Amino acid sequence: MCPAWRIRSVELMLELHSINRSFGDRRVLTDVAFSVTGGRMTGFVGGNGAGKTTTMRIILGVLAPDSGSVTLDGSPLTAEARTRFGYMPEERGLYPKMKVAEQVTYIGRLHGMPTEDAKRNTMELLERLGLGERANDTVESLSLGNQQRAQIAAALVHEPEVLVLDEPFSGLDPMAVEVVQGVLKDFAAKGAPVLFSSHQLDIVERLCDDLIVIADGEIRAAGSRETLREAHAPGLYELTVAGDTGWLRSEPGVRVVDFDGGHAVFETDSTETAQRVLKRAAASGDVQRFAPRQPSLAQIFKEVVQ
Amino acid sequence: MSRYTSPGLAQATWLIAEREIRMRLRSKAFLISTGILLLMVLASVLFGGFASQNVDLPKVAAVGSAVAVAEDTGALEVTEAATVEEAEELVRSEEVEAALVPDPDAPLELTVIGLDEAPTSVLAVLSVTPGIEVLEPSGQNPFLIYLVALGFGLVFFVSALTFGSIIAQSVVEEKQTRIVEILMATVPVRALMAGKVLGNSILAFGQIALIAVLAGVGMLASGQDLLLADIGPSLVWFVVFFLFGFVLLAALFAATAALVSRVEDVGSVTSPVTMLVMIPYFLVIFFNDNPVVLGVMSYVPFSAPVGMPMRVFLGTAEWWEPLLSLGILVATTALVVWIGERMYRNSLLRTGARVTLKEALVG
Repeated sequence: MCPAWRIRSVELMLELHSINRSFGDRRVLTDVAFSVTGGRMTGFVGGNGAGKTTTMRIILGVLAPDSGSVTLDGSPLTAEARTRFGYMPEERGLYPKMKVAEQVTYIGRLHGMPTEDAKRNTMELLERLGLGERANDTVESLSLGNQQRAQIAAALVHEPEVLVLDEPFSGLDPMAVEVVQGVLKDFAAKGAPVLFSSHQLDIVERLCDDLIVIADGEIRAAGSRETLREAHAPGLYELTVAGDTGWLRSEPGVRVVDFDGGHAVFETDSTETAQRVLKRAAASGDVQRFAPRQPSLAQIFKEVVQ
Repeated sequence: MSRYTSPGLAQATWLIAEREIRMRLRSKAFLISTGILLLMVLASVLFGGFASQNVDLPKVAAVGSAVAVAEDTGALEVTEAATVEEAEELVRSEEVEAALVPDPDAPLELTVIGLDEAPTSVLAVLSVTPGIEVLEPSGQNPFLIYLVALGFGLVFFVSALTFGSIIAQSVVEEKQTRIVEILMATVPVRALMAGKVLGNSILAFGQIALIAVLAGVGMLASGQDLLLADIGPSLVWFVVFFLFGFVLLAALFAATAALVSRVEDVGSVTSPVTMLVMIPYFLVIFFNDNPVVLGVMSYVPFSAPVGMPMRVFLGTAEWWEPLLSLGILVATTALVVWIGERMYRNSLLRTGARVTLKEALVG
């Protein structure tokens, strides 16, 4: 279950440089630029029609940008380099009348794999994705969730160096989501840049190392999950004490956001203020909890998109 | 770096072609219809053979001295009748075509009695013909010409239409199931279209070759070797022209089908191409004895695969004419494949409403 190629670890960097694209009069992407670092899972979020699919299509060379470029480790992407990408388009597609294993093998061979290798990787992936027993069934006879797993196998069969996956988790049950997460993390661990989009923000929150937020064809936020959280929650703290926290209101540099007896959420103007508050709380009684408040991804998303 | 490098254009094309062939050979409908087509060809060749061997002599009833005259011709099947009335009765009951009765006043001392018209086949046997000399014998009987025209026309028509619509279906299927996006991200669009055309051309060509072999063997088996020698050269030209003519139509089918996104719309969008296939078929059937129409047909790329072999068969084409026409056909095919590929590339990702011709050409 652990062939030689899984040990590979070369970190690549995929970069987009001020990509612009219009469809007729409609501008879909404006100066889109971000990087996807090898070895990290990068979540790509945005509302419907924000430009996620167009961006991904441009990365894969299925669509051409009006201006701008995509580079891998600094060199412009060639068709040759793109065949080492694993791509899962938003619009799912496999031949309905072909058998699952046959089809995944075929796509592997289109990527230049020798038949034997393609067959071996296909069976391994299907087993891992829990589709081993359906390998010889036609795609049209599978449930939607299982078609989705087959689709993922098709994107990964050729041991891609870069993964670009449009909504890889949609339509999967929680068990399958776990399995797919594991598979993707393995790819990232080998040094592959992994870019995936999702509407399920809780999955993105759990899974991604880096985050890119797109709205109206513009990148609104990009960076590591921690950086983004800090950037969007400056000085927000949570305090729970045995006694009352009413004294917080009169503390200079503090604005109380939420208050309920011994529990308060407050904003501070600096870390010094926060430390001063902690000392005063400790001096007045037992501190049960004191922590910087982490905003959820959904909150950050709402904030940057507005 | 990945251990795998992308396949070259040729290899990618072949992989696509191979899948087309594999999937087609797996389809029962395709296998059954091919079987029926082959059976029909074999049956008509054999039927043609038997029919030409059993030519019935005209039947006549003869009375008295007329019996000897009738039998002397050696080309009539004679039934003796005792009286004129009995002979007339045989004519009325349509057991014989005509009755021959003695008539001292008539030429040959005979009168021929027919039922509702003069029995020409019997008269032809009995009439005296002057010596005949033809300066430029056509060498072929009109019925045979018609059969050959029908054969070329029908085979081209059926194959081009069958495999053309298979290509069209396959293009739209990939568009409808969206797999085309994965394919486009994996192999050059050129390989995608070339593979489809190649795979189906191989199938069509294989079917034609089977038909040709079957027809040849059938003719030999039923003792029509003379006919085979007659048709041979035009058959070879037909196969060569078919090869390029088919690629031309296949590219058109692929390009037009790419304009729509649903299998239900294939028929209407490819109908202009279908017309291009049908017109040569009707022209060759109705005008196979018209040298002007055939001459034009043999140079127009869409009808050349039918028209030029027909003229070779009739012996009205100079030796260089098939080569010139083939040159025109190959050039047209190259041009159409180039335009077709452009339309195909520009249309593949446009799903939903039908892509206009302008959008497909400009991109």
